[in-house]
Amino acid sequence: MAKTHVTMKVNGAEVEGLVEPRTLLVHFIRENLQMTGTHIGCETTHCGACTVDIDGMSVKSCTMFAVQAQGSDITTVEGMANADGTLSALQEGFRMMHGLQCGFCTPGMIVRAHRLLKENPSPSEPEIRMGISGNICRCTGYQNIVRAIQYAAAKINGVEFQEAAE
Amino acid sequence: MIPGSFSYHRPASVADAVKLLSDLGEDARPLAGGHSLVPMMKLRLATPAHLIDLHGIAALKGISRDGNNLVIGAMTTQHELLASDEVAKAMPILHEAALLIADPQVRYRGTIGGNVANGDPGNDMPALMMTLGATYRLEGSGGARDVAAADFYQGAYFTALEPGEIMTSISVPVPAAGHGYAYEKLKRKVGDYATAAAAVVLTMSSGKVATCAIGLTNVHETPLLAADAAKAVIGTSLDAATLKKAAIAAEAIMAPAADARGPVEYRKHVGGIMVTRALQRAASRAK
Repeated sequence: MAKTHVTMKVNGAEVEGLVEPRTLLVHFIRENLQMTGTHIGCETTHCGACTVDIDGMSVKSCTMFAVQAQGSDITTVEGMANADGTLSALQEGFRMMHGLQCGFCTPGMIVRAHRLLKENPSPSEPEIRMGISGNICRCTGYQNIVRAIQYAAAKINGVEFQEAAE
Repeated sequence: MIPGSFSYHRPASVADAVKLLSDLGEDARPLAGGHSLVPMMKLRLATPAHLIDLHGIAALKGISRDGNNLVIGAMTTQHELLASDEVAKAMPILHEAALLIADPQVRYRGTIGGNVANGDPGNDMPALMMTLGATYRLEGSGGARDVAAADFYQGAYFTALEPGEIMTSISVPVPAAGHGYAYEKLKRKVGDYATAAAAVVLTMSSGKVATCAIGLTNVHETPLLAADAAKAVIGTSLDAATLKKAAIAAEAIMAPAADARGPVEYRKHVGGIMVTRALQRAASRAK
């Protein structure tokens, strides 16, 4: 099958590549661009480990073809740090609250939470849980992931992070 | 899990998409949000030789008011439905149901046209569209035609869409002011298809049901309108005996498949419960 030339912006940099139409976006990112932060978990659009941010949307990159991303603006977990290289509020939250165990779901969780906080900077706990409902974690029971996002929301809003009473 | 090879087309107009579909014939499939089709392609359950990506067609997007109807472009996503004040105000049941479809990532990509046109009995929007009395606009090389949602579904994945046709918009009559509504969906987990679900739109007058429509999701190979169940509640105050009668009438037309969501009898039983709950919640919201 003839390959197609695609160009897009990934984490602020213009990238290009030759892909077959059937090349999934996640494979383009991992294999052509060698950015392996975006994970492949289930491959069936359930687990959310492959979530990337495309033109202001959280998208499961295992369910979209690279040719469809032609011309779009993509942010992966590699683009989540602050411009000066320090950890963003979300990354810091996941670290401080230990929002992970094995860490496999973490890239998708952080990229999804990034868009969630852009759309709703002060989410309630149920809103956070609904907001990350497309991301499966098989280790943690989500408690610390939710706290990590609450930590980030507090930091972004310039208020003190309050631990919820147990 | 890599899909089979295909040629990718991205037409810029409905006319170009229709022409591609009719020229390429049965080996071509339109691609909307792709959240049903792409997983099927990865499993090689679908192996189209040509994909006609509809994302480049601006005319297929957006929500507008046309008299007493909301006209929704087929490529409007569930996320856009959820963000629409017009939908939230005029048709809150559409907002409620869209929120129960899959998960946020899928809702950013999944389209209303893909949801209703695919003919998947598990999809939530078809029964809702039948309940609301919606009409689908289908366009092919011979021009456009309108088909009532209630006449569109002929079997699992089998619809009134003819080869070479695409769905371009959905026209939904705005329900009466003060109507009550509810979409009750039982599912095993967030993101799942319904074990059984029921949509109710009703109006009340002096404490009694004046008009009522009931739709059922995933309890048959097509979405269903539970006409007898709706008839049973009209003129009543939805007392316990009437609710039971309605649930029994709805269960009588259900023929779900036995699958991982449960055996037939269980799915019919919870289907009846969804009807009861939706009726009660809709009545409590009616003004």
